[in-house]
Amino acid sequence: MSNQIFMATSINTAGKSAGNSIRRDLSFYDATIGKKAVMAATGVILFGFVLVHLVGNLQIFLPPDAKGIFKIDEYGKFLHSMPAVLWGARSVLIAAVMLHIWSSISLARMQRRARPTAYVKKNNAHSTYASRTMMLSGPIVACFIMYHLLHFTGGQVHPNYIETAVHHNVIRGLQEWPAAIFYIVAIMLLGTHLYHGLWSMLQSLGVSHPSYTPMLKASAKVFAFLIVVGNISIPISILLGIVK
Amino acid sequence: MKLTLHIWRQRSTSEKGRMVSYEMADANEHMSFLEMLDVLNEQLIGRGDDPVAFDHDCREGICGSCGFMINGIAHGPRSGTTICQLHMRHFKNGDELWLEPWRATAFPIVKDLAVNRSAFDRIIQAGGYITTPTGNAIDGNAIAIPKEDSERAMDAAACIGCGACVAACPNASASLFTGAKISHLGLLPQGQPERNGRALRMVQIAQEETFGNCTNIGECEAVCPKNISLEVIARMNRDFLRGSFLWRSGSGGDGG
Repeated sequence: MSNQIFMATSINTAGKSAGNSIRRDLSFYDATIGKKAVMAATGVILFGFVLVHLVGNLQIFLPPDAKGIFKIDEYGKFLHSMPAVLWGARSVLIAAVMLHIWSSISLARMQRRARPTAYVKKNNAHSTYASRTMMLSGPIVACFIMYHLLHFTGGQVHPNYIETAVHHNVIRGLQEWPAAIFYIVAIMLLGTHLYHGLWSMLQSLGVSHPSYTPMLKASAKVFAFLIVVGNISIPISILLGIVK
Repeated sequence: MKLTLHIWRQRSTSEKGRMVSYEMADANEHMSFLEMLDVLNEQLIGRGDDPVAFDHDCREGICGSCGFMINGIAHGPRSGTTICQLHMRHFKNGDELWLEPWRATAFPIVKDLAVNRSAFDRIIQAGGYITTPTGNAIDGNAIAIPKEDSERAMDAAACIGCGACVAACPNASASLFTGAKISHLGLLPQGQPERNGRALRMVQIAQEETFGNCTNIGECEAVCPKNISLEVIARMNRDFLRGSFLWRSGSGGDGG
């Protein structure tokens, strides 16, 4: 936004010329609220994926059928049997991740510009730890996702990767305790990210009302908790030898 | 009542500031916080020192002039209270207090605890007005407004523009202020003609004034001396998104 636009808007307050200084192309993604709307929309997509991903993963707990084939292996085969759908979904997810990260970086840069000098003393007693550390939990979860893809999707960092043998790959991969610990920590950080993000994205899109906001805030916390418990149960059961 | 005060001293916008400690031996519980600083300043002037600069005007909590950080909390420890209405009875003998000005690029420090909040005026200039015929005052009941709407508009209008929301926000965002102004006018029939353009312009100017973005953490709502709710920020977001789709250039009134 040029300085010229700013001058026109601040001096001509009478209506017409001030109105003409608005440029729609500038006013959406250039505006912080536009960027937050993009973060919220991509956040919804990513949360939807996390939910479906968890339901798929929980099949690790199902026993093999009479022929000794694990349910999760069949599920993997099923997903790979429709490459168009699989790659369609992957493209949407990659685009959502990139937009989410790109918007967060440009917003963070504006924040630093907004307060370059820190307070000598600052008391943040009223906000949650989760809400103040989104720019820490986010990047760590992003690194985890890269590792997770190389671990179970590509197999490059897996000790004994066998293509399509999902059950074997998961059990073998998470029997290594450093990997399992990283999974547990990353899932907990994803939980804190969702603890704030699931409600925050609604506020960013303008969804707020005294009659349902308390319910939305509570559901956000319940969902974040369920995502953590569901996901964390997998590395823990494997570490403890409950699932083999 | 004895206090140790650590006060940010900065002679001008361009000079570097630092914390300076003062022993305040003559505070009493009946003083307001600003009266306590008045006593300190009398002592400083008596010693030939430069008094501590701070903004103040009405001293009854309605003008929005006063405000600084006490121990990292905007307007000090009492919720819904400006510093001028904060009394020394809320502190204990021997307390150690850190006083700092609002810190934001958009609020340059003028001197000590006084900051320049003209950026707020420029946000108001961008859209904090309505178009209305001049002449005789119209009948107050000529336009029917539901009670709930007029009360919500009034709650938003309670914003005194003190800047505590910006000061408390880790991103130095002016969202609570801008949201309050947009809600105040947008909830009333008189505010509808300019509604779409108002949200777009005020948000744009707030950003050009280098205020940060909102991360919905709620520190602003907690320190607001007028208890403005985070709901006004959701309403600003809604009006902005709505305005982005509906606003037409050259419509003058900016109607949807």
